[in-house]
Amino acid sequence: MSERTLYDKVWDSHAVTTLPTGQTQLFIGLHLVHEVTTPQAFDMLRERGLPIAYPQRTFSTLDHVVPTDMRVRPFPDEQAEAMTAALERNVREFGIEFYGLDSDRQGIVHVIGPQLGLTQPGMTLACGDSHTSTHGAFGTLAFGIGTSQVRDVLATQTLAMDRLKVRRINVNGRLPLGVHAKDVILTIIRQLGVGGGKGYAYEYGGDVLDRMNMDERMTVCNMSIEGGALVGYVNPDQTTYDYVLGRPFAPKGEAFDRAVAYWRSMASDPDAGYDDVVDIDGSAIEPTVTWGINPGQAVGVLESLPRPEELTDPKSVEKAYTHMGWEPGAPILGTPIDVAFIGSCTNSRLSDLVAAARVAEGRKVADGVKALVVPGSADVKKQAEAAGLDRVFTEAGFQWREAGCSMCLAMNPDKLNGREVCASSSNRNFIGRQGSPEGRTLLMSPAMVAAAALNGKVVDVRQYN
Amino acid sequence: MNEIKQVGGRAVVVRGHDIDTDRIVPARYLKEITFNRMGEYPFFDERRDGDGNLVDHPFNEERFQGAEVLVVNRNFGCGSSREHAPQALYRWGIRVIIGESFGPIFAGSSVLLGMPTVMASSEDVGRLMALVESDPTAELTVDLEARKVRLPDGGDIDIDISDGHRNALTTGTWDSTALLLDNMDEVAQTADKLPYTSDFEGPAPL
Ligand code: SF4
Repeated sequence: MSERTLYDKVWDSHAVTTLPTGQTQLFIGLHLVHEVTTPQAFDMLRERGLPIAYPQRTFSTLDHVVPTDMRVRPFPDEQAEAMTAALERNVREFGIEFYGLDSDRQGIVHVIGPQLGLTQPGMTLACGDSHTSTHGAFGTLAFGIGTSQVRDVLATQTLAMDRLKVRRINVNGRLPLGVHAKDVILTIIRQLGVGGGKGYAYEYGGDVLDRMNMDERMTVCNMSIEGGALVGYVNPDQTTYDYVLGRPFAPKGEAFDRAVAYWRSMASDPDAGYDDVVDIDGSAIEPTVTWGINPGQAVGVLESLPRPEELTDPKSVEKAYTHMGWEPGAPILGTPIDVAFIGSCTNSRLSDLVAAARVAEGRKVADGVKALVVPGSADVKKQAEAAGLDRVFTEAGFQWREAGCSMCLAMNPDKLNGREVCASSSNRNFIGRQGSPEGRTLLMSPAMVAAAALNGKVVDVRQYN
Repeated sequence: MNEIKQVGGRAVVVRGHDIDTDRIVPARYLKEITFNRMGEYPFFDERRDGDGNLVDHPFNEERFQGAEVLVVNRNFGCGSSREHAPQALYRWGIRVIIGESFGPIFAGSSVLLGMPTVMASSEDVGRLMALVESDPTAELTVDLEARKVRLPDGGDIDIDISDGHRNALTTGTWDSTALLLDNMDEVAQTADKLPYTSDFEGPAPL
């Protein structure tokens, strides 16, 4: 059993009691709410006549269904309009903070929590969204939950949970130039498997994580669930405290110093015990691209696609080859693309856009490629525009959009059509994920997406180093 | 609330590893603000071709209609947190899922609906799949207390389920809200001890 890890310390300090079922009742410090997974939860509260236990620890925004081009209300999509109106009604009726379309704090829920300083180290956090693990970048235990659990958090600010084991993942050495946080997490998932994290919380560390900025750590933690781990985190350090300082909901003045002392005390001890330890050589990581229908089906950009007969479980890739239509053994390099999408809670923060813009600057999107840049929040958009990134992108032929989930999933007008192939900085290449049942998704870093957009095919971004 | 100690009936098999929740319920059906119609949607796109015609899929097969047990392979329900996925299966008629392993959020949400997800070895899952496919009238009973699946021939196979989930189901406390509401004084005490609720000027102090 793990001991003296951040996971253990945060768990123990938030444990309310042991339930008759043997599960732990865990206090949740911050609850984030968005429009898609919550209307039924609010209805359940109404049916049972329950109030929200801690409304002041609950924050909400709109991200999944919002159009990213024209945001005029009512939305042309009646269901999206109804869903938006339902959240607006619920936040009013239950009295919770809400950042709607007219707020400069609106954005993807996992982008705005950190940006506002709501997400803090040593805290528990829950959201009805599987990428809630993003907030783990701060040393926060952040749980993605289902709608009935959203009801529990609204009604009690707690969850009934089973304790997880803790796996430490060290990424050692130094990343080569042109290799990004996205490549690190895709490599981790490729090595440990999409179900490899079952029953575990992932603690990411090592030289590579230590040197990463907060945006990069969020990219890594974001995709923990794609590796089967409900929770992923990085221990807080000076990089974390510097990021939180001065944000709207961050502690101020002397309170900030007290907070830092507390946050520091919550980090895993140097002699902490883990249930498992994995070491990965960061200097061997390459720009990585998924070729199949789950995020573990990935290869380095210079590798060729796996031959089923060389795999221990050849059946696992059968469906992937049928859907994608590639030949085993073919190179991934040079695979033609139709659409390029830079955005999503994995890679839509300022430094992601900067990395993509560096590649795009002064160049042109290839003929016939539809290329989209969708900032993760209204604030990221504003900062990017102040830095002139919007012009870099639009001059190169990318569309520059309003903040939202956009083409990460098919709940708003941004969708793939037919068999289109999309180079995407998002987190899921599942069948149908980007809106077309036949659509095909290649996951990669934002810089790699930009490079693919310019060339109309998968290329090695290191040619732009 | 019902105690769920034994649950079963006829079964349906959906083969394949890593079947994600986007495949179980495509995102466009998440735009409905109630779960009422979810029973129409399980595996919606997989059950149809591009023109909307039904194609070969176990959920389309006459012989599997009315099944209450779903047998699946590894990492079933991985991906998105959407409770729409377990809701869709439950409302279609599924009452228990037997598989090699499950996505963590899917498994947690299923329990809250009173639909256990239980794990068996890959050999045993293979045996169950072959049994059900050759005889769809075969009745399987999942016995949560004994941690067994009972087969029509009198045999059984071992299953695994976490103690917490099992106890919640067998004691009828799987809808956790009531259980959690019992301890609101302790919740307040726990909250008060956390420095970020009082000592920092962070998110509005409690
Ligand atoms: S960007 Fe994608 S993964 Fe992230 S919250 Fe939105 S839909 Fe979910």
